[in-house]
Amino acid sequence: MPKLKLPMPPLPEVLNPRPKRPGDPTNGAKPLDVAKEAGISAADWVDERLALTAPARWVMFRKIPRGTNWFYTLGSATLFAFLSQAVTGVFLAMYYRPDPSGGAYESIRYINDEVFLGQFVHGMHKWGSTVMVILICLHMARTFFFGAYKYPREMNWIIGVVLLILTFLMSFTGYLLPFDQRSYWATVVGVNINGTGPLVGPYLNDFLYGGPDFNATTLARFYSIHMLLVPGAIAALIGAHLWLVMKHGTTAPPWLKPRDDHDGGHS
Amino acid sequence: MAETPPEKKSKYTADRRIPGAFEGETITRRRLVGGSVHLFGGLATAAFALPALGFALGPVFKEKKTPWNEVGPLADIPNDTYVSRVITLEPDIGEIGKTTVYLRRRNPKFDKEPADDYNNVVAISTRCMHLGCPVRFVSASARFICPCHGGVYNFGGEVDGGPPVRPLDRFYTQIRDGIVWVGPRFSVNSELRRFSPRFPGEDLDGIGQYLYPSRPTARKIGGT
Repeated sequence: MPKLKLPMPPLPEVLNPRPKRPGDPTNGAKPLDVAKEAGISAADWVDERLALTAPARWVMFRKIPRGTNWFYTLGSATLFAFLSQAVTGVFLAMYYRPDPSGGAYESIRYINDEVFLGQFVHGMHKWGSTVMVILICLHMARTFFFGAYKYPREMNWIIGVVLLILTFLMSFTGYLLPFDQRSYWATVVGVNINGTGPLVGPYLNDFLYGGPDFNATTLARFYSIHMLLVPGAIAALIGAHLWLVMKHGTTAPPWLKPRDDHDGGHS
Repeated sequence: MAETPPEKKSKYTADRRIPGAFEGETITRRRLVGGSVHLFGGLATAAFALPALGFALGPVFKEKKTPWNEVGPLADIPNDTYVSRVITLEPDIGEIGKTTVYLRRRNPKFDKEPADDYNNVVAISTRCMHLGCPVRFVSASARFICPCHGGVYNFGGEVDGGPPVRPLDRFYTQIRDGIVWVGPRFSVNSELRRFSPRFPGEDLDGIGQYLYPSRPTARKIGGT
């Protein structure tokens, strides 16, 4: 198929200048030239001061082993599930009230029934939490079955396990917040299960409840753990997790034998 | 003029030939400043971290007093079946601060544990001792039944079947001028001996009472 060539519109000379030729005087930079270079100049100005080009290159243009496949996207998928939870959670916090004497339930009802897109954002947060748990488990299974936890990546496995536990803690504390019958009784049962841990269990329960039993401060406590304490820890640990992934690189799938290539296995 | 060799053991920095050493100085300025930075950094961190930690952990060490609730005249309470009453454990938080208790007068036919000032009326908690769901007294079978995982308790609140690990908790009761008052909760083992309140799922027989110690937040009334 012949390439279709549209006729150029008749531009005035000033918008369609001749390119500069070698030997032309360089000092006479016209305002138009400066304007055209403005974007590049601004980026250069910032980069000269932050020197982020090399790190960005190191982060984004890494060599990956041959055999890399779709299973390797599960970690990124979990990361984006977390980001989705963080963003929807921040906006839900604009309407939510952790008030156990009816205000919490009423604020959730208000989000669902009255706020524009409220049910949608609440639904994203609710179903997204399940998606995140499923993805983090699949990501862990991938790491395990591909042997990607072995030397020198043990530290990253340990960080990942802590992230898994923190994710479960998010699920547990978030479940109470809608404050309906199901939330309340599921949390009571969950806390009581926690209390059956010998020696420390009863004291951990007192910490979770903020007293010997469910009381006026419990909901606010759960809310604070759910939206400040644990997300902060998760964000920091995800940073460490990603840094170690970049530092060590990813592993080849276990079914590939090492190849005696000149390029050291990269292709 | 021969230079004296540096004395490695000397306490003076000048003797140890450290550049920039002062006369009579025993610790280098670099070590002093570095140590000070760590010390004051540590102090500054502790100054906000320790109070915050204590603030979050404080309730774990503070005993919470349950209010006594008036539940009506003694004459309304039978001695061969239960009546239910709603009491408030935690004021100001609406429905979730309340709980249902089942009451009956002490009857020597069923109640073999020693009588005292606090059990002339037996008050049974509705909190299941498996995981804390609310139990219901079914008068037709004279049993307490839990809807969640099938826990069954007999007329005295002792385990008849299912997963619960100990009899239903009870509340202290008092009779003042013919009016019944319900007070704090206590837990019982399979011999109905009183213990400080425990969470559901925590065994109180044998080693259980040591694996699940009583907590500073909730104690039984002393001497009972």
